[in-house]
Amino acid sequence: MTLRLNNISKAFGATPVLNDVSLEVPDGARIALVGSSGSGKSTLLRLIGGFEQPDTGSIALDGRELSSPHATVPAHRRGIGYVAQDGALFPHLSVARNIAFGMPRAARRKARVQELMELASLDPALADRMPHQLSGGQQQRVALARALTQQPKVILLDEPFSALDTGLRAQTRQAVVDILERSGVTALLVTHDRDEALSFGQQVGVLAEGRLVQVGAPASVFDAPVDVRVAAFLGDVVLVPACLTATDAVDCVFGRVPVRHDHSGGADRVHAMVRPEQLHLARTAGPSNATVVGIRSTGAGAELTLRFGDGSSAVQATHRVPLHAADAYETGCSVSVAVNGGIVLYPGQG
Amino acid sequence: MPQRRAAPPVLVTVVVVLALGALIPIGYVVQAAVAMGWDELAALVFRPKVGELLANTVLLVIIGVPATVVLGVGGAWLVERTALPGRKVFAVAFAAPLAIPAFVSSYGWASAVPSISGLWGGLLVAVTVYFPLVYLPALAAIRGLDPALEESARSLGMGSWSVFSRVVLPQLRLAVLGGGLVVALHLLAEYGAFAFLRFDTFTTAIVVAYQASFAGPNAAALGLVLVLLCLCLLVAESLARGQARYSRVGGGSPHPPARLPLGPLTPVAIIAATCVVATSTLVPLTSVVRWLFHGGSADLVGLTSATGQTLLLAIAAAVCAIAVALPFAWLAVRYPGRLSRLLEGAAYLASSLPSIIVALALVVTTIAFAPALYQTAFTVIAAYVVIFLPRALVPLRAGLSQVPESLEEAARSLGVAPFRARLRVTVPLLIPSICAGGALVALGAANELTATLLLAPTGTRTVATSFWAAASSLDYPTAAPYAIVLVLLSCPAVALMFAHATGRNLR
Repeated sequence: MTLRLNNISKAFGATPVLNDVSLEVPDGARIALVGSSGSGKSTLLRLIGGFEQPDTGSIALDGRELSSPHATVPAHRRGIGYVAQDGALFPHLSVARNIAFGMPRAARRKARVQELMELASLDPALADRMPHQLSGGQQQRVALARALTQQPKVILLDEPFSALDTGLRAQTRQAVVDILERSGVTALLVTHDRDEALSFGQQVGVLAEGRLVQVGAPASVFDAPVDVRVAAFLGDVVLVPACLTATDAVDCVFGRVPVRHDHSGGADRVHAMVRPEQLHLARTAGPSNATVVGIRSTGAGAELTLRFGDGSSAVQATHRVPLHAADAYETGCSVSVAVNGGIVLYPGQG
Repeated sequence: MPQRRAAPPVLVTVVVVLALGALIPIGYVVQAAVAMGWDELAALVFRPKVGELLANTVLLVIIGVPATVVLGVGGAWLVERTALPGRKVFAVAFAAPLAIPAFVSSYGWASAVPSISGLWGGLLVAVTVYFPLVYLPALAAIRGLDPALEESARSLGMGSWSVFSRVVLPQLRLAVLGGGLVVALHLLAEYGAFAFLRFDTFTTAIVVAYQASFAGPNAAALGLVLVLLCLCLLVAESLARGQARYSRVGGGSPHPPARLPLGPLTPVAIIAATCVVATSTLVPLTSVVRWLFHGGSADLVGLTSATGQTLLLAIAAAVCAIAVALPFAWLAVRYPGRLSRLLEGAAYLASSLPSIIVALALVVTTIAFAPALYQTAFTVIAAYVVIFLPRALVPLRAGLSQVPESLEEAARSLGVAPFRARLRVTVPLLIPSICAGGALVALGAANELTATLLLAPTGTRTVATSFWAAASSLDYPTAAPYAIVLVLLSCPAVALMFAHATGRNLR
């Protein structure tokens, strides 16, 4: 019981959009595909939904071919739900009639609509409202309830939270995750928001320039990105030149640090990547490895700009410190910076 | 992510065929010119009579268009930005002349003041009838202006006149150019009003030539010059407009504008506005009503049958125009590109041609290729569709662009087949646009005189042709009831246009 994409490629005219993408989504899993705009993530979703056809490759659901060089199942016979960016509610129909839209005429019962509204945590009083009378978050939940009427095996969510305000976004996202959890449906979300992708489900996939560069559990993808670009896309990074020692450790500006993951592929020159959250600062009078070159107050604390090394090999990084600790630093002071938890190794840059 | 897709070949084929059909009038003129050859054409065109027609027509346009612009923009500014007493009444009254067909207005004037005739008579009637075509777009543009702009100008030390000429007027450029072009095209195309006032233009001369020698070389040569004049206007307007686009006017202003107090000029403004209303609406209508009560026994049977036939033709024209406009709009909105712009442009070009040319072309084409269709309802309706296509196309296009394709996709993902998805989602959302466009076509067709005179099946009498038959034989009392019906038939269309210009929703 899985959704399987095999070697999907797609181009619009001369512009390649997706390049040899393969993916397997186990039944009931939630997977988020994250990528910047133009990475082909929406196109991938539209291929699965049946609104576009792949140039090469195939798509299968539970062993049934949905899309292949030989045959194509049209969108309305795929049993795949789709929630568009703006919800795509039918503006001429009430909430209840929107939800009942795809039900067979005989099965359009009030009870079933109410059941779905309840599942989607929608107030039953909203049933007779028109879409324009709903908030953005409510519209998205109606769109989700409407998609669930078909009891789809898979539901596709195309940036469903991007049109919402920041506060509403987190709240709606949690509500949608809960609804999907309750209904046990396989869900595939595309987004350009890394936090949204990392917190959505069991798996996260990173798309870049039409390729699926990494798939895995959110924690492991964040912890061990396959390359620097993925690392930088998923969070802030500090990248410093390093020298591999014999015993699974490197020497760098942070001193000798253990290697957590080695993605250098045996390159001669390597760089060490750490997340700013791993840095541990101490004001020091003795030996130091960094200088504070700037302090910016953020109200709740301060953001220090640190410079490691000097001359052309100098590296800058920002590090947040809480308010009570901020007074200890001033521009120009020397600090010693240590790294907690090891580094990830990549081939040297440039 | 917007993706450019190729349009379905069937749709493109349908639209290409329809566009070619709409371009038959152009084809007719070109074919006639080629068939005649240069010598015959030159002999027909370069003669004193044509020079006189040219002078008349050019004078009509270069005096008439600026006059309508002054009245239209001035009227819009008075009711929208000044404290003119009774401005709400004037706002409607300035649009009202659109409900009086030009040939009815000229009948009203000529039967009241028989000495009115020639260029000045033609100008009087044409300017008072057509200035709302500038007034309505100018009104819409002024309403869409953010009053903050004018306030900023005042805070920079400008007086009322400077604000108007340096801030308001420049932003009305597109509305004025568009409205002025429409007025100019109407001036070229009008037959009835000028024929009544014994003022000769190309259009009236073509009708006379047609009556004398059918669709012969003389009519064709005059038609060629008329089409060239019309193309000159289109090119001039497009050059003057340059790269500027008709921007969408916002829903409303953030706060109501401060109105300019007219002070001691108030009586002058009221008198001027009243004079405009009197000449454009009150005199012609009073004259019609006077003949109505003068007449004695009205021919109710003839009136009823003419109204019935008019409504049938008008409704058929509306249905056909919507059916033709739909593929154009679909192609333009769903598959935008050079091809769809070109085909849409062809439709607009065809409908800019004077209706007399459309009628002549259809006479010649049906006789040559489908004699069975000559003087049938089919040909009349085809002419109405070509002439009034933009009235259906503009609202349909706007309506369709309000229906995102994602709605159809959502319906398909809910297990509804593509065709049914369109039927259940897109069509219901288009109904208001279909109704508005259909109504405007039907009301236009109901008042059409020139093409109907040439093309109507023998025995078919519309309200307009019945009116014309009576009025042109100077039987004023008999014409009056038909004139009243024509005015009544126009009212809904004018209400629609007024509502559109002022951003009011009739739904």
